[in-house]
Amino acid sequence: MNIPADLKYTESHEWVRAEEDGTYTVGITEYAQDALGDIVFVELPKVGKSLTAGDDAAVVESVKAASDIYAPVSGEIVAVNDSVADAPDSINQDAYSAWLFKMKPSDANAINGLLDAAGYGKATAE
Amino acid sequence: MTLKATPLNSAHRAAGAKMVDFGGWDMPVNYGSQIEEHHAVRTDVGMFDVSHMCVVDLEGANVRPFLRGLLANNVDKLQVPGKALYSCMLKPEGTVIDDLIVYFFSENWFRLVVNAGTAEKDLAWINAQNEATGSGVTVTQRRDGADAMALIAVQGPNARAKVWEVLPTAKEASEPLKPFNAVIVKDSAFGEVMVARTGYTGEDGFELAFPASQADALWNALVAAGVKPAGLGARDTLRLEAGMNLYGQDMDENVNPLDAGLAWTVDLVSERDFIGKAALQKDGQKQQYVGLILREKGGVLRAHQKVISASGSVGEITSGTFSPTMQQAIALGRLPLDVAVGDTVHVEIRDKKLAATVIKLPFVRNGKILVA
Repeated sequence: MNIPADLKYTESHEWVRAEEDGTYTVGITEYAQDALGDIVFVELPKVGKSLTAGDDAAVVESVKAASDIYAPVSGEIVAVNDSVADAPDSINQDAYSAWLFKMKPSDANAINGLLDAAGYGKATAE
Repeated sequence: MTLKATPLNSAHRAAGAKMVDFGGWDMPVNYGSQIEEHHAVRTDVGMFDVSHMCVVDLEGANVRPFLRGLLANNVDKLQVPGKALYSCMLKPEGTVIDDLIVYFFSENWFRLVVNAGTAEKDLAWINAQNEATGSGVTVTQRRDGADAMALIAVQGPNARAKVWEVLPTAKEASEPLKPFNAVIVKDSAFGEVMVARTGYTGEDGFELAFPASQADALWNALVAAGVKPAGLGARDTLRLEAGMNLYGQDMDENVNPLDAGLAWTVDLVSERDFIGKAALQKDGQKQQYVGLILREKGGVLRAHQKVISASGSVGEITSGTFSPTMQQAIALGRLPLDVAVGDTVHVEIRDKKLAATVIKLPFVRNGKILVA
């Protein structure tokens, strides 16, 4: 299973990338898309919404099931990827390019509290 | 707890199936893409391992009178050998113990195929009724032991032709079969095979029951002939589009068949008495079983979502999914009797109430979308 080394992860299968402008880009992992199967619907948060780490941020539904996507850190939604809402199966095609939303974290160092690729690899191997 | 495995378990794993715990059985949910497997069945041919279901042979002089009392549908509709009938088996309270297919082969031999998760309680119930009525029927399950059978459902517009490619000696006997009829083919390369023109997809096809020892050989021969393995995921979307009930999901021991859209399988016309009849006559129908198509964007219809009619009456979705054929969210559900086909209702999905249309089932049959 592909787990890029340059990303951070949550145990609930979100990936997070720290951008140069200080925002975090969030998506779901390859492991998550594989577990969900064919994805047919994505509900994205509203830009401007403030979330606490662990809050429901988005919903991804496959033919099989609906899955909540959580805010990996606390902060504000600053952008959403409308093209993934129009083509939900793009997550199945490439989970690491089909991002869902970008957050401006309340704590610029929050990403350090997330799992690295090795830690996430261990979490999904169990 | 160790999961139970069908004779095809290693074949599924070798084919790269994603395996899941399905009611205690280690079963393939897909072999890559559920949607591709779904389309293969609608447009060409696919096959399902359904060996977790249980064949039960009933033998003896009193089988027919025994089944007259045991089943809600009337086995006297079965007069030609090979004819099959879909029926519920009810509790005295009129609720559903299981739904099954009964095949008639001779006055001394009827065959049931019952659901996987209910097989043990079904056998206990059948044995208890056999005892209570003094019918003296010999009841033999064919899922475990030396005489175990494997079951493969080959489904799709090209299913029968593919089966004949692999089972050439079955062609002469099975080509004339009308839907819901079966024949026993004794001389196949895979042992004695029951070829039944039945299924759970809304497509043409055959269900094959044969010795479990031949499971790998027949499965591999069908793969070599170009039949695409399909998992339980596709089986669920196909049966949902076909408007077919799933036991444990759309009905169970708390639901009577009239409320589950199965009145057509319950014979309340003849004088015949059967277990549950008095309760059904007393209780009658309180809900209707219909299809729903979601008309607004905002999610996928799922089991247990609340449905609210224009009058404010409330029903519930029992099965829902995203239909690969229609590219829309669809559902089966039990709604109040004041709702009519064509009505707009609202479904609660998370924090939204989304419009849906009530339709008459099925959604899809023989590759064609029947509703708009």
